[in-house]
Amino acid sequence: MSDAVDARTDSGIPVRGVYAEGDVAPGLERRLGAPGHPPFTRGPYPTMYRGRLWTMRQFAGFGSPEEANERFHYLLERGQTALSVAFDLPTQLGYDSGHPVARPEVGRVGVAIDTAEDMVDLFAGLPLDGISVNFTINATAPIILAMYLVAAERQGVSEGELAGTLQNDILKEFLARKTYVFPPEPSIRLCCDVIEFASGRLPRFNPISITGYHAREAGCDAIQELALTLASAIAYARTLVDRGLDFDAFAPRFSFHFATTMDLFEEVAKLRAARRMWARIAMERFGAKDPNSARLRFFSGNSGTTLTSQEPLNNIIRSTIQCLGAVLAGAQSIHVMGYDEAFEIPSEEAVTLSLRTQQIVALETGVPRTADPLGGSYYVEALTDEIEARADALLAEIETLGGAVAALEQGVSQRWIAESAYRIEKEIADGTRPRVGVNTHADPEGASVGPPELFEFDASIVDRQVARTAERVAARDQLVSAEATAAVEAAAREGTNVMPSLIEAARVGATLQELADVFRSVFGEFREPHP
Amino acid sequence: MRPPRVLLAKPGLDGHDRGIKVIAMALRDAGAEVVYLGLRRTVPEIVQAAVHDDVDVIGISVLSGAHLALAGDLLEACDAGGVHAPVVVGGTIPEADVRALRELGVAAVFPVGTGLHSVIDGVLALASRDRVSR
Repeated sequence: MSDAVDARTDSGIPVRGVYAEGDVAPGLERRLGAPGHPPFTRGPYPTMYRGRLWTMRQFAGFGSPEEANERFHYLLERGQTALSVAFDLPTQLGYDSGHPVARPEVGRVGVAIDTAEDMVDLFAGLPLDGISVNFTINATAPIILAMYLVAAERQGVSEGELAGTLQNDILKEFLARKTYVFPPEPSIRLCCDVIEFASGRLPRFNPISITGYHAREAGCDAIQELALTLASAIAYARTLVDRGLDFDAFAPRFSFHFATTMDLFEEVAKLRAARRMWARIAMERFGAKDPNSARLRFFSGNSGTTLTSQEPLNNIIRSTIQCLGAVLAGAQSIHVMGYDEAFEIPSEEAVTLSLRTQQIVALETGVPRTADPLGGSYYVEALTDEIEARADALLAEIETLGGAVAALEQGVSQRWIAESAYRIEKEIADGTRPRVGVNTHADPEGASVGPPELFEFDASIVDRQVARTAERVAARDQLVSAEATAAVEAAAREGTNVMPSLIEAARVGATLQELADVFRSVFGEFREPHP
Repeated sequence: MRPPRVLLAKPGLDGHDRGIKVIAMALRDAGAEVVYLGLRRTVPEIVQAAVHDDVDVIGISVLSGAHLALAGDLLEACDAGGVHAPVVVGGTIPEADVRALRELGVAAVFPVGTGLHSVIDGVLALASRDRVSR
């Protein structure tokens, strides 16, 4: 390569040395629209950050509900504006903390929740009518939502006041994140039960966050991320419409979740293209009449896979650029990765730095002053058009295969991800994809300087959590609990919405695993056929 | 002589499989036979596959922090089952736990950040060493 820099974007789009008016196709004004107006290229809201800054939402949770609650208070005291709950793997997969496969994983990557009482403890001292809460939960999302509604009820907060987001995007679990439990078809049904229930009762709550972030983190490129996400959104919307729901009844509460990685302008262009593509899909395919149905709102999770274990302080700079990218692209909420994530879940120091990164971008750079500050840049507009065209072509390919579910079942989407991940890794190994401190400008001492102080997991919480759940199970009215669980099974078998019976079962003390076991017995468990 | 044969699996509940799939592809490109069992495999399933396929190395990947418990269980089961193939572990593993895993009897640890070539070379070296000694 004779040039000093790679002339292609991370996704392989060739880039010219300079862009001029002629590089942008005619009719730009129509493709942009004003901020807050279709096709929303320039942002979902007319005033953007002048009206309200993005929500600063650091993903957090570990240990038992007490430890996680303490971390939530810590973050809010330092100016975080909303919560984002990380659950441990047993909770994500429907096992109580005492189950043998659960024990080594209890409280490790998130908080352990076994009962609605745990959810009450998780939000102790945190008024749920005043704080928006994000839940990264999928296979067991209906159960977790039921437990959350019980916790809110206990605080005397009405359903109409609850704001937040339930991830509840099961398709990307099969694709990339891999915390699926039940087979695809009943999983999608549960996911749509939640959306249907919420459309009627939770007006301020997003019952799904359709996510490209995990596919991206698993290795796909920006264009594939966009196409896969929109293909999932189309699959859910079709299922709900087939149930007889009006598109405009649920689509306004669809939310989205993307990665923001290091290729700054490509990422901004991708996110602008995402808004434009969804607006077109909503209006042209689903006949949206309500502009809110066509307004794509997204959370940016930045990108953990761009961070390195070598010279970890460099990750602070990487995360800052990713945060800036999300802001330039008009994100509604942002999580900034901890600089120590290659080692452990973030320490208090690391998570504070992440929050400070957001606050500095928000308050010291002036970037939020105006909507879509890069709009009209020849380069960014040309890139936005190109990404849209390429993602459209991929989306058409997915449709030819039969849609998101069919592509998944045929293993096509997984293959895209794995092949791209391998390509990236080979490029890092041979040095064609620079990583400062890793394959270029590496520390001559060869030492990998670790972060100053890592998070340390307190293993004693596991026994405490197991014992407490056992006590709570012993103390409940067994007959009432068994009847409520049986009602969930009846709903699951009959095909009626499972949410009302789940809420009642959570209220009378049924555990997460008891409820997940009901679904396991009715729906079976999924195992990846060709890993 | 047959090519080196490597068993890869993810024990426990962790679903992060980007790394292990990359390693599987790179080992295949380097001429190894790879048996990848996939996610959420139990220790008995892994040991059974190691016996069935007569593998030279067993590689597990854990990014959830449960590596000490899972590797300990696997080593114990390998001993009990007469499996002598060396066990290697990759994942999100802090420095102190690298030492702890080595003390448990793990033949090599590849924490996040290990270069692709180092992992492949390390696994293949163990595979050939193991075959010579058996």
